[in-house]
Amino acid sequence: MVYRIDAETDRTYIEEFRVAPIAPHSPGLQRVLNIMRLWRGGDQFILIAREEFADYVIGRMPPDRAQPIVIETDLSFSTREEAEWELFRRRWRQHTGEDINQPFRDEVS
Amino acid sequence: MLKITGYPDRYSARAGEQIDFKVSLEEGETFQARLVRVVHGDCNPDGPGLKFDHVPSNADGHHPGAPQRIDAGSYLVAPAVPALAAPFTFYAMVWPTLVRRDDQTIIAQWDPVAQAGWHIGLAAGGFVSVTLGGAQGPATARAPKPMLERHWYALCVAVDPVAGTVRIAQRPITPYALTDDDFDVDFDLVPTAPAEPVSGVSIAGCAMADGSVDRHFDGKIDRPIVLAGLHAPTTHDRLLNPPADPTLAAQTIAHWDFSRQVETRQAVDIGPYGRHGQLENLPTRAMKGWNWDGSCHDWRQKPEHYGAIHFHSDDVYDANWRTSVTLLLPDDLPSGAYALHVSCGDSDVDATREHYISFFVVPPRNAPKGSRPRLAFLAPTCSYIAYANHAEHITARGVEMLMNRMVHFGHADLYMYDHPELGGSLYDTHADGSGVAFSSRLRPVLNFSARYHSWLGGHGSALYQYNADTQLFDWLAEKGFAYDVITDEDLHADGLGAIENYDVILTGTHPEYHSTAMWDAMKAWIDRGGRLMYMGGNGWYWRVAFSEHWPGAMELRRAEDGIRPWIAEPGEYFHAFGGEYGGLWRRIGRAPNVMAGVGFIAQGFDFSSYFRRAPDADNPRAAFIFDGVDDDIIGDFGLVGGGAAGIELDCITPELGSPPHILRLASSEGHSAMMMLVNEEFGPVPPNLGGDQNDRVRADMVFWETLAGGAVFATSSIAWCGSLSHNGYDNNVSQITENVLRRFLDPEPFPVVEVTP
Repeated sequence: MVYRIDAETDRTYIEEFRVAPIAPHSPGLQRVLNIMRLWRGGDQFILIAREEFADYVIGRMPPDRAQPIVIETDLSFSTREEAEWELFRRRWRQHTGEDINQPFRDEVS
Repeated sequence: MLKITGYPDRYSARAGEQIDFKVSLEEGETFQARLVRVVHGDCNPDGPGLKFDHVPSNADGHHPGAPQRIDAGSYLVAPAVPALAAPFTFYAMVWPTLVRRDDQTIIAQWDPVAQAGWHIGLAAGGFVSVTLGGAQGPATARAPKPMLERHWYALCVAVDPVAGTVRIAQRPITPYALTDDDFDVDFDLVPTAPAEPVSGVSIAGCAMADGSVDRHFDGKIDRPIVLAGLHAPTTHDRLLNPPADPTLAAQTIAHWDFSRQVETRQAVDIGPYGRHGQLENLPTRAMKGWNWDGSCHDWRQKPEHYGAIHFHSDDVYDANWRTSVTLLLPDDLPSGAYALHVSCGDSDVDATREHYISFFVVPPRNAPKGSRPRLAFLAPTCSYIAYANHAEHITARGVEMLMNRMVHFGHADLYMYDHPELGGSLYDTHADGSGVAFSSRLRPVLNFSARYHSWLGGHGSALYQYNADTQLFDWLAEKGFAYDVITDEDLHADGLGAIENYDVILTGTHPEYHSTAMWDAMKAWIDRGGRLMYMGGNGWYWRVAFSEHWPGAMELRRAEDGIRPWIAEPGEYFHAFGGEYGGLWRRIGRAPNVMAGVGFIAQGFDFSSYFRRAPDADNPRAAFIFDGVDDDIIGDFGLVGGGAAGIELDCITPELGSPPHILRLASSEGHSAMMMLVNEEFGPVPPNLGGDQNDRVRADMVFWETLAGGAVFATSSIAWCGSLSHNGYDNNVSQITENVLRRFLDPEPFPVVEVTP
């Protein structure tokens, strides 16, 4: 059995990731991310650059290449970091059942 | 999505020559083209931005275009086999590798329009099927028991086209308890239609009504034989074992021995009629056959054990697109990196409507020394071909964890996802899970292009291979250095003669793949006093091979060791092209350290770090390198991951050939746990693989002199060139690079250093 993300133990890493979604990460956060990123045979989340360095959306690549990639066009991001944070929030909920009600940046309303 | 793409008929051309460009236009009826010199292909707003210089040429203007498609899948055609209207028996050893796919062809003589002839194939689940085309339409017999995937079977199919009867016999070479896959069954079908008999046979593919070839087979076929008359399954053994039975030889229609002429496109018929087959789309040869027993691993030593060809439904050699633009290179065009820029409108968030089709202009042949620049850039086209359409972000999982961030897809990647027929890179696997051992440049290569942002490149500019090398082109232009470009394929073809007139050679950021001819030529050039500036990391790592029979294609066997996204089967480590033992140069006794002083030590893609000046930087021999650079920290900035030390790193290892007098000028530090030791560096897996706990995980910037008055400088990091443009090109990475290049261009020999035992 691999490590299971525990809300009480790992909540401390939420803020670390929000501030710096791109590495380097602490060992504790890295373990959380590695567990979140384990592929379990379902869709693979991807970052689609509709315009490089300007416009990103999240996509889901199915296990079978014959099926189309699902592109979430209703939610776009101006930076990779924003998209990383959105995916982290989804996965945190998936693993812990908790919502993270924090914006990507403090100034974002 | 990409709305226009294409490829040139060559990657290397000379002024005055012409290049044919094959373009596929996904929307509209015309496209615009123009020749450009590629200076900088990175659109990162934190960097210098895109730089292309338009070069007037005959290609300027609008051209008609249309969609062009690739007919992927390897197969064999033997056109001389006559229409088989009388009873016959087919024998083969078969090793299926993708039994979930339906409607595969083992061998066929089939008219797709008239639905006439016969077809022996494999139905979904691994069931052999035999179809006869009769006057009332085709009728199919389906075997009662399936074949197991990746197991050898002796297959016998006896067909009486007149009576419309079929006998299918299947025998596993390795039978198992509780597996029921052995049978011999008769079927009554329909007499084949007598009119308009088709001639010729195809193996592993079947002609379609639209002119394409489809219904491909995934797997190995060994010793396909066609005999006149109806024969028993037991006859198969007599056919395979010498001495030849003259009574059977008299009935031979064709008997293909795939262990002969392995390097060629020909499948030799050893029967009396010599009905040789032609192979299309480069299936994999030098494959162990049904009788391989491990006693010999070299197909040249025991060819009778290597009678198999592995066909793949997604093999691609030559896309064979129509020529859309023929570009006449101006007579005075300088050597350099160029592209045909094709466009069909403005790009938007849904579509990219432009593409840069890359190639290099190399200097004229036999140019006398002194008439050309003394500096050459060795364009690592072998590595570009190895990575051609690198699609592990599609075909493999776990990439997000490896990158330590979300997997990046641009419009080109979305197009790649939708078009697997583009063919994979040497990092990918075929649909049946076997490794892609051949990569061809005769097809669109989406990541050999300016503006391409790689899912594998470091955070920031996200460049890798070709587009990362444009950062060096930009720096050379900015600093005003004149240089020629020589491609890997030129070096392979012309050997030392391609580079002997240059005093200094700059590599690209990741010159990983080299043929023996290239390796020998480069080593000879260094030993004769050449000055090598190794501008990247993980160089001289894999041995590859070319063949005159398949020009434009390159072979790799991922043998024995190394960072292997797939692993060659035991017994299949020797190239079909030329028969050399493949794999890591290190395993062949020529570690990268012998060439560059350093060798591959670690890789990690999350972020790039910096170098710290080492004590050898103060050695008087290195004084010219640090002229004007007093900094202790070097390269703590950059467009590729944020630093000059990243992606893939090399270090000094005396045991592997790093020279004893090598100077370690600086070493990188501050890497994360995700920058990990490469696996050829350890036996038992150590717990401290990452750069946060393992001090061998580092890039060593080095310098050393050679006996002939030459020298080698190595950055040992793929990310190095991403730092050159920082602060308006005024930074310590740029200064060190310039210091080295200016001294290397100075003809004054480097002193020969006494080695102290």
